[in-house]
Amino acid sequence: MANGTIAVPKKAAEPDFYHVRTKHTGIWSWLLTTDHKRIGLMYLSAMTFFFLAAMTLGVLMRLEMLTPGETIMTAQTYNSFFTLHGVIMIFLFIIPGIGAVFGNFILPIQLGAKDVQFPKLNLMSWYLYMIGGILALFSLFIGTGIADTGWTFYAPYSIRTTTNVSISVFAAFILGFSSILTGLNFLTTIHRLRCPGMTWFRMPLFVWAIYATAWIQVLATPIIGITLLLVILERAFGIGVFDPTLGGDPLLYQHLFWIYSHPAVYIMILPAMGVVSEIIPTFAKKPIFGYVPIAISSLAIALVGYLVWGHHMFSSGISDTSRVIFSLLTFIVALPSGIKVFNWVATLYKGSIEVTAPMLYTLLFIFIFSIGGLTGLTLGALNTDLHLTDTYYVVAHFHYVMFGGMGLIFFASIHYWFPKFYGKMYNEKVAKIAAYWIAIGFNTLYFPMFIMGYLGMPRRYYDYLPEYQIWHVISTVGSWILVSGILIMVFNLVKGIRSGKPTTANPWGGTTLEWTVPSPPPLENFDVIPTVTTGPYDHTKLHQQLRKEYKDQQKTEEGKN
Amino acid sequence: MRPSIINEVDVTFWIINGISILLLLLITAAMLYFVFKYSKKRNPVPENIEGNTTIEVIWTIVPIIIVLYMFYISWAGFVNMRDVPKDAMVVKVTGQMWKWTFEYDNQKKSDTLNLPHNKNVKFEITSQDVLHSFYLPQFRVKEDAVPGAQNYFWIRTAELGTFYATCAEYCGLNHSFMYAPINVIPEDQYEIWKNIMPADTTKQDSAMVTPVTTSDTAGVKTDSLNSGAKKDSVTKETPASDIKQTDTLKK
Repeated sequence: MANGTIAVPKKAAEPDFYHVRTKHTGIWSWLLTTDHKRIGLMYLSAMTFFFLAAMTLGVLMRLEMLTPGETIMTAQTYNSFFTLHGVIMIFLFIIPGIGAVFGNFILPIQLGAKDVQFPKLNLMSWYLYMIGGILALFSLFIGTGIADTGWTFYAPYSIRTTTNVSISVFAAFILGFSSILTGLNFLTTIHRLRCPGMTWFRMPLFVWAIYATAWIQVLATPIIGITLLLVILERAFGIGVFDPTLGGDPLLYQHLFWIYSHPAVYIMILPAMGVVSEIIPTFAKKPIFGYVPIAISSLAIALVGYLVWGHHMFSSGISDTSRVIFSLLTFIVALPSGIKVFNWVATLYKGSIEVTAPMLYTLLFIFIFSIGGLTGLTLGALNTDLHLTDTYYVVAHFHYVMFGGMGLIFFASIHYWFPKFYGKMYNEKVAKIAAYWIAIGFNTLYFPMFIMGYLGMPRRYYDYLPEYQIWHVISTVGSWILVSGILIMVFNLVKGIRSGKPTTANPWGGTTLEWTVPSPPPLENFDVIPTVTTGPYDHTKLHQQLRKEYKDQQKTEEGKN
Repeated sequence: MRPSIINEVDVTFWIINGISILLLLLITAAMLYFVFKYSKKRNPVPENIEGNTTIEVIWTIVPIIIVLYMFYISWAGFVNMRDVPKDAMVVKVTGQMWKWTFEYDNQKKSDTLNLPHNKNVKFEITSQDVLHSFYLPQFRVKEDAVPGAQNYFWIRTAELGTFYATCAEYCGLNHSFMYAPINVIPEDQYEIWKNIMPADTTKQDSAMVTPVTTSDTAGVKTDSLNSGAKKDSVTKETPASDIKQTDTLKK
């Protein structure tokens, strides 16, 4: 189902990037590679490990919450667990996630490039990522134990606690560099390596999303870097930036932290939104509805996303005036996300929809992410936030947005690009069963948290009042369902990698450039750099063909009659 | 008479979430309908639709109006929340790891919060050590306790009964044990209590108190987003017993 509008010269039997001869062999062909595809896969392996580790922590935390009082662990352990769960999930999975894995593997091919602009820098980013990840885990085994501050490292508690805050913070600092360099690499790649004919408005929307994300990575991450360094300096030398007893200001920490961490929320979700804009046209067999509004809304989110950090601090004592301004801007930033959702649903209209596993994940995402987004409105609202902030309502909200958003789309991405990665197919039926199982578990796990939050259950509580137990029990049961779904999914994918049926270059009928190269792609993707003459989701050739087939079919049926 | 903060928060919550639920149902229904109606089987030939400017404008403008309306109602409630009535009595609240201390206008201190019925109360909140957040779930409001700074909010004690305050900003080991009971008692009894109570009924060795177990907080009335239940308990519990409760904390 090759797209006739894109010229793709093909040579027979070129070895794919797994089998091509390179300078290094064995493990070194991976560890010293500069191939964007191999680096993407290395991120994927590492991330799978970190994700499963943090997921295990989450499941244990839910188990602890099954009954009030001590169930399986002490308060100190619980506090360390939610910190480590947050640090790993946020800094090692959600922030780099889709960009590092699918951005690396797919983005250069979608642009018609042979690699990213700086392949060696790309490898270095992976090493920084690994060093950061290992440091974060390392703090488990040395000295005074894992940080017990929560992933936000709020001062002055983070200054005073005796746990290994400095190591965790330093890990996040190094991960920040990995993020900046990856962003820089993607920015340059998108500016410099677009193939002939690939104008800005012919770029796939995934590229647009990565582009908007990369700007945030490059511009916002240095702020968290310096902030985290200041925490380390304050802990080591008592320089007195954040600790009021030394003349510092704890609110300064919160401002600096959220000036990065709120835009970082969009680093997490924008690439996922980009993937959704890829998957829906492919399986609806028609162009995306509203290409330009979706592309522009990515930039709008990146831009306005910088100006709303204060809504994390409504109860912290910032001035009433700034609360009003931040709240208004927060309501405004909800709009571009809403517009994207409307456009995705509109793309389905009069399509010819095939609900494959990646499409199923995407449809579930639209439902779950909408719940996450809409419940954010009561948190952006001035008076309701003062009741709901720092309760389970917030916990539920960000798991719906982050896990339901980025997480589900990470799963969708793996299923969507799996044939391209491995040249093989997973079991479609099992993949769908896992998706439903995950969706049921997800809602059972997180929805009760909205109810608990509204009833006044604060977050980061080791113990709770007996009246909340029923909701905690439901939630914990949900965690078991969710985990079994994830494990089914992982086993199915691993089985697919090992013994899946071989697949073709374009099993889904996708129209972007990655579907024009073989699966798996050869070392430098293209023999000859392609030339693009249409937009990314041009299905006109397919439509003509389908129309013709339909007419022929009708004719033969008439003939029979 | 000022509008009730509790009521305003709840109404705003349900208006915003009501609209949200409606939107969610619309989006989901449209999605499911399209997936069903335009499935590959039922609609083998898709149509080439690339967008529609009129629709884009409509679904930009309408949500703008909706969110501005949401912003407006929450802002109106917020203005009331921040505008402390002039007649409000002041209680100073200090958070520390891991307890609350309440100081009344006669400089007496207690770790139980006794309040007169039908009064406006302003809390001036600060912290001795790390961040805490003074959270009164049944009054739908919280504000952080920040060392070196003072935050405030006010409530109206419209109903008699026992409520609780707790900590909503993570503050270390016993963060989840920072409950303090709040007794709203008739004004005359409050005056008696305020005058006879010793100058400081708080425990001195508070910095490293052993965790309060959940059963210890059973005296704190908690199931009480249901205001009906609140009234019932008030008629049964004599406020005098609450006073005794504080007396037991005497040195």
